[in-house]
Amino acid sequence: MNVGVVVFPGSNCDRDMYHVLTDVFNFNAQYYWHEKPLPKNIDAVILPGGFSYGDRLRAGVIAAHSPIIKDVKKLAEKGIPILGVCNGFQILVESGLLPGVLLKNDSLNFMCEWINLIVENNKTPFTNQFKLHEEIPIPIANGEGKYYVDDETLKQLKKKNQIVFRYSKVVNGSSNRIAGVCNEDGNVVGMMPHPERAVESEINPVDNKPSSLIFESLLVKIGVRN
Amino acid sequence: MSLESQELAELKLKIGRVPTSTELQIVSAEWSEHCSYKSSKKHLKMLPMKGPLVIHEKGFDSGVLDVGNGYVVTAHIESHNHPSAVEPYGGAATGVGGVIRDILSAGTRPIAIFNGLRFGNIEKDKQARWLFKNAVTGIADYGNCLGIPTIGGEVEFDDCYQNYALVDVAAVGFGKKENLIKNHTTIGDLVVLLGGFTGRDGMGGSQFASDSLESEDRSAVQIPDPFIEKLIIEAILEARNQKLINAMKDLGGGGLSCAVSEIADTLQVGIEMDVEMVHTRESNMHPYEIMISESQERMLIITSKTKLKKLQEICKKFRISCSVIGHIKSDNKIHVKKGNKTFANIPTDVIVNATLLDLPSKKPVYLKTIEKEKKFKLISNYSKTMMTFLAAPNIASKIWVYGQYDHEVGIRTVIKPGHDASVLRLDNGKFLSVKIDGNPKQCYINPREGAIGCFEEACRNVICTGATPIGMLDHLQFGNPKDPEIFWTFLESLKGLTDFANYFKIPCIGGKVSLYNETPAGPIKPTPLIGVLGLIEKKPLIPQKIIDGDCLVIVGDTKDEMGGSEYFEYIHKFVGGKCPTVNFAESKKNMKVVLKVIQNKLLKSVHDCSKGGLAVAVSELCMINQIGCRISLESVPGEKLDVDRILFSESHSRYLLTLEKKNLKKLETILKKNKVSFKLIGKFLGDRIQFTKGTKSIIDLRVDMAQKTWINSLKDLVLHG
Repeated sequence: MNVGVVVFPGSNCDRDMYHVLTDVFNFNAQYYWHEKPLPKNIDAVILPGGFSYGDRLRAGVIAAHSPIIKDVKKLAEKGIPILGVCNGFQILVESGLLPGVLLKNDSLNFMCEWINLIVENNKTPFTNQFKLHEEIPIPIANGEGKYYVDDETLKQLKKKNQIVFRYSKVVNGSSNRIAGVCNEDGNVVGMMPHPERAVESEINPVDNKPSSLIFESLLVKIGVRN
Repeated sequence: MSLESQELAELKLKIGRVPTSTELQIVSAEWSEHCSYKSSKKHLKMLPMKGPLVIHEKGFDSGVLDVGNGYVVTAHIESHNHPSAVEPYGGAATGVGGVIRDILSAGTRPIAIFNGLRFGNIEKDKQARWLFKNAVTGIADYGNCLGIPTIGGEVEFDDCYQNYALVDVAAVGFGKKENLIKNHTTIGDLVVLLGGFTGRDGMGGSQFASDSLESEDRSAVQIPDPFIEKLIIEAILEARNQKLINAMKDLGGGGLSCAVSEIADTLQVGIEMDVEMVHTRESNMHPYEIMISESQERMLIITSKTKLKKLQEICKKFRISCSVIGHIKSDNKIHVKKGNKTFANIPTDVIVNATLLDLPSKKPVYLKTIEKEKKFKLISNYSKTMMTFLAAPNIASKIWVYGQYDHEVGIRTVIKPGHDASVLRLDNGKFLSVKIDGNPKQCYINPREGAIGCFEEACRNVICTGATPIGMLDHLQFGNPKDPEIFWTFLESLKGLTDFANYFKIPCIGGKVSLYNETPAGPIKPTPLIGVLGLIEKKPLIPQKIIDGDCLVIVGDTKDEMGGSEYFEYIHKFVGGKCPTVNFAESKKNMKVVLKVIQNKLLKSVHDCSKGGLAVAVSELCMINQIGCRISLESVPGEKLDVDRILFSESHSRYLLTLEKKNLKKLETILKKNKVSFKLIGKFLGDRIQFTKGTKSIIDLRVDMAQKTWINSLKDLVLHG
């Protein structure tokens, strides 16, 4: 149950993710600075949120060229579970590991609020403990969170069951209300909302159980739990 | 923008010769009002600074409180008014950056940002709208990028800020007591400048801030780069963990001049430095330009020669520049060289000790008549007035503002913005509650009582979460202090704050004075801003959802104190009347009993009754919980008053307690026993906000309609005018 938390210059949810992995779910988590190699025997990799390189040029685009991304790609090909949250999702998209792009929200503002997600694919390493269409109360916090794909790609995403999460209502203008997607194999998942901000009852004003299932799914996937 | 003639004469006398141009610039920066507090320093001493939890360390830019179990909380407040009035985005953003570095320089990690924003009339004035919108974006872009949550603040609009802006930023840090930087040095230690490049931005910013804003001197405004600030935070905390920092100071007002001379003064040493070693953004900068540039995101570190390599490795990891610019000497002088040539060489104590002033003060003439009330036309339809009121910029929900701030990052935010005070969880199992409050409308009418009111309101908000106030930050913002009438209002406010702090034993742990806040139409209203930090040992009172049948009890008397109220000023366009006053004994009694009933777990929530009075406070509860209420105004305790006064008076020391009916008896017993003034004034039910007097309906509104107006009006105003 070794989980790597990748840290880029400007990542700022790395410590939150690390806390949740270790203190709440008892993973053996390790930070990996973006210039360091990832070990081959790692069980999962998480790209946390933040502002890698200050979102210069475009959110995630510079980090997508960091040395560590080569290792992430190799692990992705091997089927290792990989999760990108918020800026992590933007980096996965920019590095070509996930389809689509993330644009400025329709409001043109940074948005920090609690929304509801709907689980559309419960076969990924991060969603296998959900019932299909289960709702998750969870916060978003981003300025470039509007997921966009062209119609043709959208058709393919639907066909190949790559839409993992949708917003229950229109939030930021995302194509098809998409909040999270996976690759064709389903092992690489990206999502804009922040599960690490929603798993502890103390800071979750609604219900912390649904978002906990994201981490519990990973525990099941890597065989720690049945 | 430089020394006055008698100050120049004094400088010559002190150093026994004509100063060089670089010396003159260094001294002008440090002797500016902004850096030296020359007008206010003598008086600021009256504030109590000591307390059982206060930790005093030399050279700290932020206040430190011991919160137990080996942990400390640090806090500081700053403003960036002049820059924000000229360039709101950069001015507000760099305001955040500066206060964050004050927290960092104590060796603690910044964990929360607060801001108080004040602008002109955004309903009428396009420029005010532009200033407001861009200041908010500046704060959002900076704080969000750093990953430090902006969890609280306040926004206010008043004609006195026309063509101007007050942007106040407070920050809180957290860390282990053992990791606090104990500023120390030995002769021969190295002086290292770390972070952003020094350029020609922010030239003479502190002098700019110490004059009235007459020209839009954009070169005096600094350029923000939150990404570098984030790298600096991480690099410095790593260097702190490896014990590589002997002493540290952030570069703020006055740039290198102030940082170098103040740290040398703190450590009682001299510094010899070479401006050629400073990493600059542009070439051919004159030594004095390098010394007074206020380019952002820079820190000054004193380290030992043996630790330098490790410090450089950390900087390399984060790819931030670090230059060894000088070393520590024993001669208590600041010696600035460029290569071999000396540009300044003067004693530190001359630089840091500007002659303090004893400015004259005189009670302003306008105060003689200000309390007289005018006769108003009677309001025939209070429901309609209430809808107008809920859409008023000062009353409307500020969700458009705090929705743009990441207030969750760091996963500490237990009570989020939009309630009374925000609450953070700490690593020792305790909770920190923080609120900042200002009220220029009341401070204008009565500078003393108004300031006390701000202090009490911030305390009330913290109390509402179940916290005991443990420290206060003050930010005193006034016009030109050389005007005796303005200086009188400054002194009155300060005396009021001092009396309150002494009575309630809440130490002042940090503060700031910002003077020369003048607009083309004259001085701003006196605007002291008070931040209060509260500690919760066990559990905070997290507001629970109010449902059908829950009760509403008010603690505290409603009095005929309408001066400076939103109702007088927004509805009747009248500035005047009697300002609310705080009865210290009553205030203390109410605070104590509210904390007690929170600890006894009798309540669902406690809400402070302030801006807009009882009518707004009750409506807020209804709109947030999406439930109606029925309130009988004749039950409200206090003097016998007309309905508009009961609805809209902004009397202090009042709390709205919501609870399940089954707890009512127990609650009433405790309140009676403690001899506080209280009354059950109504209950929650249905989907209408209803206020009655006897059998007569006074206000009757649909909750959903009220909520829609309250939530959307500020956004609509900003986006569509």
